[in-house]
Amino acid sequence: MTTQSHAVAGVAAQAEPAVPRVRRTRSILVALAYGWLFTVIAVALLADVLPLTSYATPVGFPRQGPQWGSLDLLLGTDTQGRSILARCIHGARVSLVVGAVAGLLGFVIGTTLGMLGGYLGGRFDSLVRLIADTMLAFPPLILLLALSSILTPSVRTLLVGLTLLVVPTFTRLARANTLAWSAREFVLAARNMGAGHRRILLKEILPNVLPALGAYLPIVMAALIVAEGSLSFLGLGIPPPTPSWGGMISDGKDAIADFPHLVFIPALVIFLTVFSLNQAGDHLRQRFDRTLHD
Amino acid sequence: MSAEPVLQVRNLRAHIGTARGVVRAVDDVSLDVDRAQALGVVGESGSGKSVMAKAVMGLLPPRAACSGEVLFEGRDLLSLPRKERAQIWGKQIAMVFQDPGRSLNPVVRIERQLTEGMRRLLGTSRSEARGKALELLSEVGVPDPERRLRNYPHELSGGMRQRVMIAIALACEPDLLIADEPTTALDVTIQRQILDLLRRVQRDRGMSLVLISHDLAVVAGRTDRVAVMYAGRLAEVGATRSVFDSPRHRYTHALLEATPALDHERNAPLRLIPGSLPDPTDPPPGCRFTARCAQVEDDCRDPGPSMALVGADHYAACTRPVAAGDVPLPVGGGSGGR
Ligand SMILES: Nc1ncnc2c1ncn2[C@@H]1O[C@H](COP(=O)(O)OP(=O)(O)O)[C@@H](O)[C@H]1O
Ligand SMILES: [Mg+2]
Repeated sequence: MTTQSHAVAGVAAQAEPAVPRVRRTRSILVALAYGWLFTVIAVALLADVLPLTSYATPVGFPRQGPQWGSLDLLLGTDTQGRSILARCIHGARVSLVVGAVAGLLGFVIGTTLGMLGGYLGGRFDSLVRLIADTMLAFPPLILLLALSSILTPSVRTLLVGLTLLVVPTFTRLARANTLAWSAREFVLAARNMGAGHRRILLKEILPNVLPALGAYLPIVMAALIVAEGSLSFLGLGIPPPTPSWGGMISDGKDAIADFPHLVFIPALVIFLTVFSLNQAGDHLRQRFDRTLHD
Repeated sequence: MSAEPVLQVRNLRAHIGTARGVVRAVDDVSLDVDRAQALGVVGESGSGKSVMAKAVMGLLPPRAACSGEVLFEGRDLLSLPRKERAQIWGKQIAMVFQDPGRSLNPVVRIERQLTEGMRRLLGTSRSEARGKALELLSEVGVPDPERRLRNYPHELSGGMRQRVMIAIALACEPDLLIADEPTTALDVTIQRQILDLLRRVQRDRGMSLVLISHDLAVVAGRTDRVAVMYAGRLAEVGATRSVFDSPRHRYTHALLEATPALDHERNAPLRLIPGSLPDPTDPPPGCRFTARCAQVEDDCRDPGPSMALVGADHYAACTRPVAAGDVPLPVGGGSGGR
């Protein structure tokens, strides 16, 4: 016994185990993602003070390729000779506003419904579930098409439609989370000690549900930006001349064979933004979801 | 035993509605918890121990219904108005749950979880509650309490979390502490420390303790009395020594035989009695142990046994009790009389 442990100690003293190095590519990606998001938000906010010609005014011949020299022409011109850079920057406003506002509204409404349903149970819960399941079963494109045929296309219509689209997702997520948390002992104990429903929902359950849902928010925003792009591509999005990334792809699609940059530049912007939002979502969840550490 | 028991459970039934039918989880149990004493409740998993504890604590799901009485200091918790019950739960009766990882709120610092009850139920001031929290953490053996107050639950080990849970339960100086499998989620060395801690605070504070476990070894040396549950009923109840040294109910006897030497550092499996618990939605008539008992006769099913005195402070519900002194195996009650 003694000799054995000596032998073991001897080996351990000599040889350090080889721990594989943890690669840091992920954190570089995350940093790039945040960098891109920050840039997009900054230029969208500063769009009016940037030294750019208006997005509605032609700045030169149509369909010029990207070129050095003038800021307006940096990314070339579109089919009407307007600056693609200016349109991308102004388009960022629409995309970000749509993504953020519809995402947040859906988040708030869905979380409220889901938490109340999961916590209160009974008839209210059955109703919430029925509505959420019905809305999820409805093909999203049909819903949006129906909405835009009833209502005139505008930013507001788009927001209503897209919010409706994401509410059920958040509802279901919040409901499932709330169900799990309300069965936890600390919630039972709080109720036992006479805490009211409001207090339990707001102080005991909500802080636990938020990280999981909040981390999902950027991913939903990404999906909404794509959805807005698809709608604008179908001509059902933001009415011209206001630019949006999807609208720009739509405008350029007929000339894609000869002038691919008309489509690729806005597509690349959408891709980078969506990719960055997804990266940020994953990162936020790992960072802030304490419940993952258990 | 002169004073009135802290808790008197009288003909308690707790039935739970499920898709399979009504689960008769607790079916006519009567039990006393004396002042400043520790009562052990043992029985296989599924025998209704947790449901009984939850019935006392008012933690049963809405689809459950209770009948009978749960008298706490003479007042029936089952029929008391909600407001008055809220004054008792948490303040006079507290509970420690099985899994400390699940019972603490992961996003709230230990300090708030410890002081919340005191502040709300006792109206203690913030600074006073903080001082009390530090004292409590020292009492339950948490090193460096100052730092621990600032921690979140995931920053503590399982054993530390359970100590914190015990501190939270003790915060309002309860008269009765119910610990439902408080160490099942912990590893063996920690288990023993936590159990000894529970017994120590119970004695130091002159508090009553109900210690629930599927493991006889847990209860053996650390309780004054023990109740053995089987399929929602009480099989046997009495002084811990007496029950372990001379079990009279056939179930207790089989249970003790199936348990390797107690107080041995291991998780004693209880599943060695052939057969399994009866269907809780449709239990057999009379004694519920008939399907697994070697000594069954007709009168076990009809009329079936009733609880009878079989020794000094020792009751068993068995038609053909084991002869007194028929000791199954040398079992751990020995270290009991600490
Ligand atoms: N919430 C519940 N819903 C349905 N059945 C339950 C519920 N809780 C417990 N039961 C049933 O009640 C019986 C007793 O369970 P329990 O008290 O948890 O056993 P123990 O704590 O002794 O292991 C079991 O048959 C179990 O399946
Ligand atoms: Mg249990």
